[in-house]
Amino acid sequence: MEALLALVIGVLTACGVYLVLRARTFPVVLGLTFLSYAVNLFLFAMGRLVIGQPPIIADSATGYADPLPQALVLTAIVISFGMTAFVIILALKARAELGNDHVDGREDR
Amino acid sequence: MNHLVIAPVLLPLLAGIVLLLMRHIDIRVRRVVSVAAVLGEIGLAIALLAAVADGDILVYALGNWPAPYGIVLVADRLSAWLVLTTALLALFALLAALRGSDAAGRHFHALYQLQLFGLAGAFLTGDLFNLFVFFEILLIASYGLLLHGGGALRTRAGLHYVVLNLAGSTLFLFAVGTLYGVLGTLNLADLALKVAATPAEQLGLVRAAGLLLFGVFALKAALLPLHLWLPAAYAQANAPVAALFAIMTKVGAYSILRVDTLIFGAGAGPVAGLLSPWLLPLALATLAIGTLGAVASRHLRVQIAYLVVASAGTLLAAFGLASAKGIGAGLYYLPHTTFAAAAAFLIAEAIATRRGELADRLDPGPAIPQNRILGGFFFVAAVALAGLPPLSGFLGKFLLLRAALEHAWQPWVLATVLVAGLFTLIALARSGSLLFYRTHSTQPGRPVRPIEVAAEFAPVAGLLLLVGMLTVAAGPAAEYALATAGQLLQPDRYIHAVLGGGG
Amino acid sequence: MNALLLAVLTPYLGAPLAAWASLFGRLNAAWVAAAITLLALALIAPTAMVVFDGETVIHRLPWMPAVGLELAFRVDGLGLLFALLILGIGLLIILYARYYLSERDSMGRFYAYLLLFMGAMLGIVLSENLIQLLVFWELTSLASFLLISYWQHREDARNGARMALAVTGAGGLALLAGFLLLGEMVGSYDLSVILASGEAIRAHPWYVPSLILILLGVFTKSAQFPFHFWLPHAMAAPTPVSAYLHSATMVKAGVFLLARLFPALSGTWEWSHIVGGVGLATLLTGAYIALFKHDLKGLLAYSTISHLGLITTLFGIGTPLAAVAGVFHIINHATFKAGLFMAAGIIDHECGTRDMRRINGLWRYMPYTATLAMVAAAAMAGVPLVNGFLSKEMFFAEAVSLGTQMRFGWLLPFAVTVAGVFAVAYSVRFIHDVFFNGEPVDLPRTPHEPPRWMQVPVEVLAALCLLVGILPGLTVAPILDLAAGAVLQAPPPHFDLALWHGINPALLMSVAALAGGLLVYAKRRPLFALAARWEGRLDARAIYQSLLQGLYALAGVVTRALDAGSLQRMLLLFFLSAIVLGVAGFVAVADRLTGSRATLDVDGVSLLAAGGLIAASVAAVLLHRQRLVALILTGAVGLVVSLIFVKFSAPDLALTQLSVEVVTVVLLLLALYFLPQRTPSESGRLRAGRDAVLAIAAGSGAAALAWAVLTRPYETIAGYFLDKSVPEGGGRNVVNVILVDFRGYDTLGEITVLALAGLGIYAMLERLYLPGPLADGEDRPWNWDRHPAIMASLTRLLLPLALLTSAFILLRGHNLPGGGFIAGLVTAVALIMQYLANGVAWTHERLSANFHPLIGWGLGLALATGLASWAFDHPFLTSTFGHLHWPVVGEFELASAMAFDLGVYLVVVGATLLILVNLGLVHDARQASKGRG
Repeated sequence: MEALLALVIGVLTACGVYLVLRARTFPVVLGLTFLSYAVNLFLFAMGRLVIGQPPIIADSATGYADPLPQALVLTAIVISFGMTAFVIILALKARAELGNDHVDGREDR
Repeated sequence: MNHLVIAPVLLPLLAGIVLLLMRHIDIRVRRVVSVAAVLGEIGLAIALLAAVADGDILVYALGNWPAPYGIVLVADRLSAWLVLTTALLALFALLAALRGSDAAGRHFHALYQLQLFGLAGAFLTGDLFNLFVFFEILLIASYGLLLHGGGALRTRAGLHYVVLNLAGSTLFLFAVGTLYGVLGTLNLADLALKVAATPAEQLGLVRAAGLLLFGVFALKAALLPLHLWLPAAYAQANAPVAALFAIMTKVGAYSILRVDTLIFGAGAGPVAGLLSPWLLPLALATLAIGTLGAVASRHLRVQIAYLVVASAGTLLAAFGLASAKGIGAGLYYLPHTTFAAAAAFLIAEAIATRRGELADRLDPGPAIPQNRILGGFFFVAAVALAGLPPLSGFLGKFLLLRAALEHAWQPWVLATVLVAGLFTLIALARSGSLLFYRTHSTQPGRPVRPIEVAAEFAPVAGLLLLVGMLTVAAGPAAEYALATAGQLLQPDRYIHAVLGGGG
Repeated sequence: MNALLLAVLTPYLGAPLAAWASLFGRLNAAWVAAAITLLALALIAPTAMVVFDGETVIHRLPWMPAVGLELAFRVDGLGLLFALLILGIGLLIILYARYYLSERDSMGRFYAYLLLFMGAMLGIVLSENLIQLLVFWELTSLASFLLISYWQHREDARNGARMALAVTGAGGLALLAGFLLLGEMVGSYDLSVILASGEAIRAHPWYVPSLILILLGVFTKSAQFPFHFWLPHAMAAPTPVSAYLHSATMVKAGVFLLARLFPALSGTWEWSHIVGGVGLATLLTGAYIALFKHDLKGLLAYSTISHLGLITTLFGIGTPLAAVAGVFHIINHATFKAGLFMAAGIIDHECGTRDMRRINGLWRYMPYTATLAMVAAAAMAGVPLVNGFLSKEMFFAEAVSLGTQMRFGWLLPFAVTVAGVFAVAYSVRFIHDVFFNGEPVDLPRTPHEPPRWMQVPVEVLAALCLLVGILPGLTVAPILDLAAGAVLQAPPPHFDLALWHGINPALLMSVAALAGGLLVYAKRRPLFALAARWEGRLDARAIYQSLLQGLYALAGVVTRALDAGSLQRMLLLFFLSAIVLGVAGFVAVADRLTGSRATLDVDGVSLLAAGGLIAASVAAVLLHRQRLVALILTGAVGLVVSLIFVKFSAPDLALTQLSVEVVTVVLLLLALYFLPQRTPSESGRLRAGRDAVLAIAAGSGAAALAWAVLTRPYETIAGYFLDKSVPEGGGRNVVNVILVDFRGYDTLGEITVLALAGLGIYAMLERLYLPGPLADGEDRPWNWDRHPAIMASLTRLLLPLALLTSAFILLRGHNLPGGGFIAGLVTAVALIMQYLANGVAWTHERLSANFHPLIGWGLGLALATGLASWAFDHPFLTSTFGHLHWPVVGEFELASAMAFDLGVYLVVVGATLLILVNLGLVHDARQASKGRG
């Protein structure tokens, strides 16, 4: 299972990096979204993988997943949501100010 | 329970919220509130500095949860020094903004206060993940400020700055995650303890995480080859914003210094001195490249921005010496270069607005109105930036070189720093001669009331006055800086203060 | 505040005063400057008395005691001599300039700069601390830049000033390095210590490097070969400036330092060969070139270089007597050269040109000035009865005595005599060409004697030349003796300044020089022709210029090569650095990737989900040019991610991820409306391949990192949270308790980020006009129909329900999955539905689009709950909770953390709606206008 998750993280990272390196704002935004998926999963996985033991105190519970990484990831998700929203609108503004959606504001050729 | 530690963090937040709720009230009122808040911040910063000056390390356990479980704020000499530098800078940058650029877009003052919230929080936190959070705060606030006012070039520079920093944040999380995944803690002091006792199996991971962290901070500090975002961003920002951003690279430098001394310091056993093979060479390279950039610049703002890169190189070279003398030199140099760069950006703005079409382009143009005052300011700022006597820039450089004499790389440091100083001098002499001497027609220039001129130049004068104070009071300032360095090189005191018996 | 410090400071205080005074009449500046100079003299006078009793006065003020840097002033014979020269000649210059400067020149600026420079020079000669000396040293460079570029409108002035600054500035930096080494060697920057520890220094391995660095400073400042080229270009300055900088000050700073450090550094093979060799070379080149300069000031400039070479040579010879001669010649050169420059200035002033081919036969027009000039010129040539003769005699004598001690020794006296010959020749030329030699050639104006007071300074100096020349014993002997003692730091050797020492080699050399000089001048025509042919060959200035051009070229190339303003390059470098750092960190200690911890086994569903996710991601990349498709695929990936959270016991994360996903996708859809529907294929195959490789490397890195960590054991602080959550946090949902309590401070920051994002976006959207497309990617026109009725009514029904749900999620969050953030997003989504279904306009009538207060109050509430704990003298964000019994709901627990969570809720709702609705407004405005049209 760990290997599978590591693979997923790797693929998400790779896709994110590739898209972020594109020349137009929209794929870059998608790339950043992919990167945040990847890093959120990574951060979450740092509490190791536990099945069926949510960190909600109950008398019946046999054990609990590490709650701290979950809290961190929640914070990270919120922050990356704000950042993504910002960069999306920024892409629109760049389109309006620069007349095109190239990341450097120039139509190549 | 000493609330003084968290006060410099909460005051700007409070001010930001108030200003947000006051958004329909006349801007003059908001200006008063904003300035008052910054003045209060200065007061708090001074009080905090006084409280830690004798070497005490104040720890503030948020929510009354003990470290390493809860988040703690830690105020030592270093934090207080940076908080004070930030507050002083913030005052004059804000005053410069009051001349109208604050009304060029929405929410300037709220963004400005929350930017200060982020900066103070980053300097005072004792928790790695919390540092990440405050990095995000000061970044997104800086995005807003950088884009304040709009404009094509500015938007483009903003886009680059934002995207690059988002990538940086991702890397930050990878690094933090790895450290937690291996050592199971986030508190800096606790990390220091755990790192020192890393079992062989975990060693590679800890080292990797440490270096990734270094990469993130290097991006913020504009260390080669991650400096490319800076020139455009700083050159395109509003002058007051660019002035405030003079502290932004210092956040990266601060984080590098903190991690390097606390977590990967001499006491870190298997990972001691993890960053040292990278820091000094890269710093010297940054200094060289930044200086060459300044020589090559065709616009004054870009030139100053490149000098900011160069100063980041100087600063990190000082830290890279990893000796009390070296770090002390860097810490004395830090506020100097911050104030000098800020003043330079404001001067560049004043020049640009007077040259019409030419703006800050380094081409001969018509004579500048008030060129006597401006020329004088430019001259002083140039002396400060080039690190020439008698100003604090020279003293900082002197301390740095003196410290370098004890380092194995002695010749390289001396050569790079001195030659860079010469090139900076040549570049600035050329700019000054172009802007102020090589003027053809003398156009009368609109008549300005002296009061306007005063309002325009007061912030510049204030910043240069701070440089002057650093020079006159060089004795105490340098002593404090050296004492700070000494404190940093004994991390166990920090660890003990945070974890009680744990150290 | 002691007198010495004041003496050095007065010029600095005087500079602004002079500038200010000139506002009320331009001549005031001159008076102020004169007064200031006299004041400085008066302040030094008492100390001078003490020094004449053979004492060395030292005053100290702490500056940076921690690093051995203090304000320390020292007056001994040498310092005093120089101080008197600087102030005395300065006074004459001030008087002279008052008549020299024309109506157009700003007197205030001139005298302000002059005073700044004077202060810097005083600082150099009165410094006890080396670093302090260096401070003033660099200040002279800066002040001289201002003085030389005084006539800013003239290109040659600007360039000359920049050249002087660059060369002397460079020297200053070398000097700093040298001083640092010196200070490190003896453990102090105090001259007293350094002068006392000569042996230690000369024995130290760093001696040679420090010597070379210091000499670089000296030679650049004193215009020694091959750094002499800046001096002639500094002649673009007003003549009073030249008269000051090139007689008593600036260039003398260099030789002053030679004299100052003489006891510490001299007496080694390196010293005598470097200093003596450079001095001799300078002496000869200067003298030779001077003869062929047609420009009056050019001739004087090169003669200055030559005489500085002479002084340097003397210190290079290194015997006590030579040092005495050196000091003596410093005095003499200062007097006669200042006089000559002033005379040249008068001539320039009167004739409007300085070209000696046009200025001839001025004797008839200004005999008096001519006489004065002749006296000074005679001193320059070394004619008996004038001061120059005496020091030159001593120089010749030293040359001979040294020559007898080494092989080919005869070369030295010979070379020295040749230099003497040229000195005589150019002096004769100066006099004969200008004052005799036929008639003036079409001068701009007819010359006559200058204003009376303009001559006074020249008179004084000429008188000095004669007095010293005729009665050396009565005039100069005491101060010379004093200064020589200070230079040697020992009682000076016996020297007698008599005019007649009988027939000796020195005298013969003088005679030879005089005769030869006259001969050379007589036969100058062929020589000039020869010189004209050699003109411009091996020009040190050309080398300097090409170096400078090289620097600019290099800087340009390097900077452009790196900084192309390309985001893609920045990101490339960033990812590359990250990979390098990560790998370097990990492999440095070669240990296995896989750790010892046991792993869970894979089940089919997970495999399927993972496969789906991977497929979707790869597809999104491959199809990223079709943006809508890529967006949908991305959304799908997000959903799988939330499923992963469900799978591995993280219900809160799953809910959060889900709700965030929805909002993000809505946002992206709105945004996509304004962006091109397709991405043009721009990156060539090569770049795409490069990026792919990098991406795969990064991915492998992340995967490896994850795998390495997941397969290793770890101890965590998590146990603490699980234990304390219920008893001390008052909540069963540990994640939520961490968020609002254990790490509530993080959450406070997190909602601030969200608020800031909202504000920043609001600011960006303002005045943002976006040309939306009229058709989608397939050129199908957008449908402008009213919003579908069913959906509208449905969402209106759903709204209350959704709001209730979110309230429920918020309240239970502390114990079960949920909490402020998720609740906020649910509310936001519910409201967004209204907008989507009914259009912004309709919704606006019922719901104000102003969400700022929501954000503000939300943040305020969170902050307030945190601050509330101060009232109970607890740290920020200390929580408390209690159990209430509510009707219907029953036993209900209320934690202060919930107020905090409510703040979170408000901010989330406010920020999300602020973002989406305002973007919707942009959207809608567009739609409405099109809808009508």
